[in-house]
Formats: sequence, C-alpha cells, structure tokens
Amino acid sequence: MDSHQPQAVGYRRTLADRIANGAGMAVLLVMTLLFLVPFYLLIRNGLASTKDITAPGWTFFPKDIQWHNLADLFSDPEIPMLSSLRNSAVVAVLTTAGTLLVSSLAGYALARINHPHSNKIFYAVLATLMIPGAVTFVPSFVIVSWLGWVSDYRGLIIPSLFSGFTVFLFRQYFLSFPKELEEAARIDGLGYGGTFWRIVVPNSGNFIAAIAVITFIASWNSFLWPLVVAQDESAWTVQVTLSTFVTAQTINIPQLFMAAAVSILPLVLVFVFLQRYLVQGVAQTGLKG
Amino acid sequence: MSQQTTTAPQVRPVGGRTSSARRTRAIHGQRRAFWLFIAPFLIGLAVFVYFPIAWSAFLSFFDAQGTVTPTKFVGLGNYTAMLSDKAFVSSLVTFTAFALLIVPTTFALSLFLAVLVNRVRVARAFFRSVFFLPTACSYVVASLIWKLSIFNGVRFGMANTLLGWIGVEPVSWLASLDPPWYWLVIVTARLWLQAGFYMILFLAALQNINPELYEAAFVDGAKPGWQVFRHITLPLLRPTSISVLLLCLIAAYQAFDEFYNLLGAVEYARPPLVYLYHLALGSQQNFGLGSAGSLILAAIIAVVTVLQGKLLGFGRPSD
Repeated sequence: MDSHQPQAVGYRRTLADRIANGAGMAVLLVMTLLFLVPFYLLIRNGLASTKDITAPGWTFFPKDIQWHNLADLFSDPEIPMLSSLRNSAVVAVLTTAGTLLVSSLAGYALARINHPHSNKIFYAVLATLMIPGAVTFVPSFVIVSWLGWVSDYRGLIIPSLFSGFTVFLFRQYFLSFPKELEEAARIDGLGYGGTFWRIVVPNSGNFIAAIAVITFIASWNSFLWPLVVAQDESAWTVQVTLSTFVTAQTINIPQLFMAAAVSILPLVLVFVFLQRYLVQGVAQTGLKG
Repeated sequence: MSQQTTTAPQVRPVGGRTSSARRTRAIHGQRRAFWLFIAPFLIGLAVFVYFPIAWSAFLSFFDAQGTVTPTKFVGLGNYTAMLSDKAFVSSLVTFTAFALLIVPTTFALSLFLAVLVNRVRVARAFFRSVFFLPTACSYVVASLIWKLSIFNGVRFGMANTLLGWIGVEPVSWLASLDPPWYWLVIVTARLWLQAGFYMILFLAALQNINPELYEAAFVDGAKPGWQVFRHITLPLLRPTSISVLLLCLIAAYQAFDEFYNLLGAVEYARPPLVYLYHLALGSQQNFGLGSAGSLILAAIIAVVTVLQGKLLGFGRPSD
C-alpha cells in the first residue's frame, strides 16, 4: 500500500497540477498586465502631444515622441517643478534621518535600559498608535502655526519625526538583539552610549535600512500634511504641486504626466536597488503591527 | 577607591554599604542613560502629539474662528453643531461605505495574488516586483492617472475608449451618481496602490507554512485545491489575516488623498478628513468646529480599533 498508492495519487496530482498551473499562469499574466497599465499610461501620455491623447481611437504609443515635454516641465515658470523636487528631497531625507535617530534611541531605552517608569512610558507610546496621525492634523496645524512654522521646512519635518509606531518596531527589534554582544561591550568598559553607537547600531544595518526605506517612501509620498503646512508655492513638495495641477487642470495633460513620471523616479530607483530592504521593512511593519 | 579597599576587609556591613553605594551610582547612571536616550522622543511626543490634542480639546469648547487663542466659550456647542451637521454625518457614512468596500476587496485581491505568486515556478521575483511596484507610487500620482487617463469622462479616456469598441456610450465616471461609478474609480485606485503591500505579508506567511502539513493532509485524503486551501492554508494564515484586516482598516480611516484629488469636495463622496480640511483650513478657518470634529472622529476610531482588536483577539501584550 505504501509503495503503490502514493505513486498513483502522485500521478493524478501532477496532471491536475499541470492544468492548475496553466490556469494559474494565465491569470497571473493577466493580472501582471493590468498592474502595469498605469505605468504604461504614465509613459505614453508623458511622451505624447495633446493631439495624440485626445485623438479619436487609441494611439498605442505616440509616433513622434515628445522628449521636449521633459525640458518644458523644468523651464515652465508656471510649474515650480525644480523647487518642489528639492523640497521633497530635503523633507524626505531629513525626516528619515531624524525619525531613525529619535526612534532608535527611544526604542533602545525601552528595550534594554531598566527604569521603573519604563512600562508607563511604553503604554503612553502604544496609546498613540490607536489614533492615526492623519486624524489629528487640525490640532497639529494649530501648534505649527502658533510656532510660526507654516510654509517652513521645520513645520514640514519636525512634527513628523515622532512616530510611536517606529519606536515600537525598534523596541521589538532590540528585544531580539543578541544580549551577549552588549554584555561583551559593557565588560570592555563601554557605557550605554558607547554600546549603542559602537556595537548595536553597526550590527543592525539591515533593520535600520529597512525602516529607512519605508520611512523615506512614506515621507516622499505624503500629501495631507504638506498640503496643510506648505501654503506658499515656494514650500510645496512635489505631491502638492502635482495635486494643484490635477485639481485645477490648468496645464496640459502630457506635461502633467511627465511631471508625475519624474516624481516617481527617485522611488523607482529606491525600489530597484533596495527592494530587499523594502520587502523586509514591509514584513516588519505588517507582522509586528 | 583607596578608602574602600582599606575599610572593606574590616567589617562586613561596611563593605555591604559601599557596594550598595556603588549600585546606587550604577542605578543613577542607568536612569540618566534612560532619560538621555528617550528624552528627544518624549519631548517630541508631548509637543507634537499630546499637546495638540489637549489644545484641540480646549479649542473645541470655544468659538475659534480664524484664531487659535479664542475667548468666547461655547461649551458643547461645537460638538452638538458637528453631530447635527448633515455634511459631517454624511461624511461618516461615506467613510463607513468606503471601509466596507475597500477592506474585503483588498484582502481578497492581496491573498489571491500571494497564492498565485507563491505557486508559480518561473520568474517569481519578477511577478512579485510587478505587484509590489505600485507601493512606490503616491496617491496623488495614482489619482492623476485614474482621473485624467483611465477613468477620464471624455471619449478619449481609456475606459471609455474600451467601451466605445463595444458600442457603449462614454460614462462620466466621477460625476455619475446613478449608478455611483465613482466608487469604482476610488476603490480600484487604492487596490492598485496597496494590494502589493499586503501581498508581501501573505507571501511571507505562505512561505512559512511547513510543507509537511500539506503532505499530511494529502495522505489523509484532502483534495489539493480549494479543500486544502480552505482547511489548511487559511487557518494557518489567521494571524496574518488579522494584521492585514486591521492595517487595511486603519489605512481606510485616513482616506484623504484620493478623495481630495479625484473628487475635490463634492458632497456625495467626502470622507471626514476632507470635510475637516475644508472646515478648518478653507476660507472659514473654523478651528473650534474642526477640533470638535477631529476629536469625535478620533474617539470613533479608537473605539472601533479597540473593539475590532478584542473581537479578533489582537493587541494583547504578547511580548
């Protein structure tokens, strides 16, 4: 029985498998095409002329590729493309660096430094997770305007640095960090600061990179807070600039699509070169959240 | 130091006292380190999270139009005004409808994609990347593509071009109330953006399932396919499923970007954040009403999160 049945069943399974695999592959290919359509439209419309887009019937790809759309985008005084890309870059880089610094230190304290109030503080951090940050944008704006940080990098960056969720992730990570390494450092006479900077941080590269990639993407793509704070055109991030023209529809469609394509380019590069960390970061945020 | 070495051998209690003094010093050092490490975060949390909420609670009892230092106390007036404001209540309805539409569809699509990608033998990394790539796009970019190209209401929009080929008249997707096609636009945009993110979570969980379990089920006569999926895979995915549902719901609460960019402030589809944005930051600058609305919303979300967590057995301290 043991020698015969598995073989017979195994045979039936491969046949069923083959059909299932074929069907699965077909569905997978269809889904792949559907998921790529928006990227296709971004490129097609970005390189087309308005006439190509509005022509009756569907032009699969513009015959005369309008490369000048890209140059026009940066020379058009109506669109603050260059300044908004610069703002987005400054905000995303500083937000990422600041969040990593503040959250890793706090997470390490909560995970590794004993203190009688440690638990109370941890609950105060957890409590903030129940209320999504976006919901309290009105109160946050009130504070920022009182501080005089409207349309200012400080207003765009500083209020976003204190993420209870990131602290929580760092705490969980440090709880699983090998204690022996830290103990060896203590025996060598390093204090908490020395242990953290010379032993813990250099050995946590993967985790820090994962959180960095996630934070950078979230910051680059964030919209509501920059919309609220960046009221002057000079402070607009690239998302605010795009949105202004989507809702007002005052520039031509090809230019707008070219602007969108340019705006996702940094993230596509991050995606291509750092996907390993990104996947790890997503798994981290999702499974421990 | 020298005192310690001379006194220590003499009497035991003295030695005990010095070591306890040393311990006290160590504890002081430890406490100082704790505060040094955590202070930047705690100060920020106090100033930019707790203090705004407290100030907002204060503002919500005042007539605070165009000012953040109001003087006219109105009691619960802002709260009763918000709760009897038809537009605010209808925004809560919109947001409930949105959650009911987006959470199950995201769950189903991301699980479906994960199963497909997990079983494919060739180019798995390619397929995973394709579904994950939209995560790099912002809601603004997706709204732009959806509004101006795919679901553009004019004849040259992509969906209308496809309909034209089978002889159907163009549909004005975002302005159509009967049937409410705008939901199709809103839901598909978010599905495209976030399904890949949740797919990664399911994929990680699927790859953690011990293959021996499938072999055991097979030996026990379970038919590969739906039966195995329903009775083996799905129960094993339970912790991930709960995370996905919760994360997806929390994300739905914060819906703003795509509604704002696709629909502007149309009354029929305006979730609470869009309404509050116009109330507090539009021409009215009504921070009193805006604050009251924010706090009502925050309270609803906190209650729903706790209830849902309890219901699904999630959020118990497990560390």
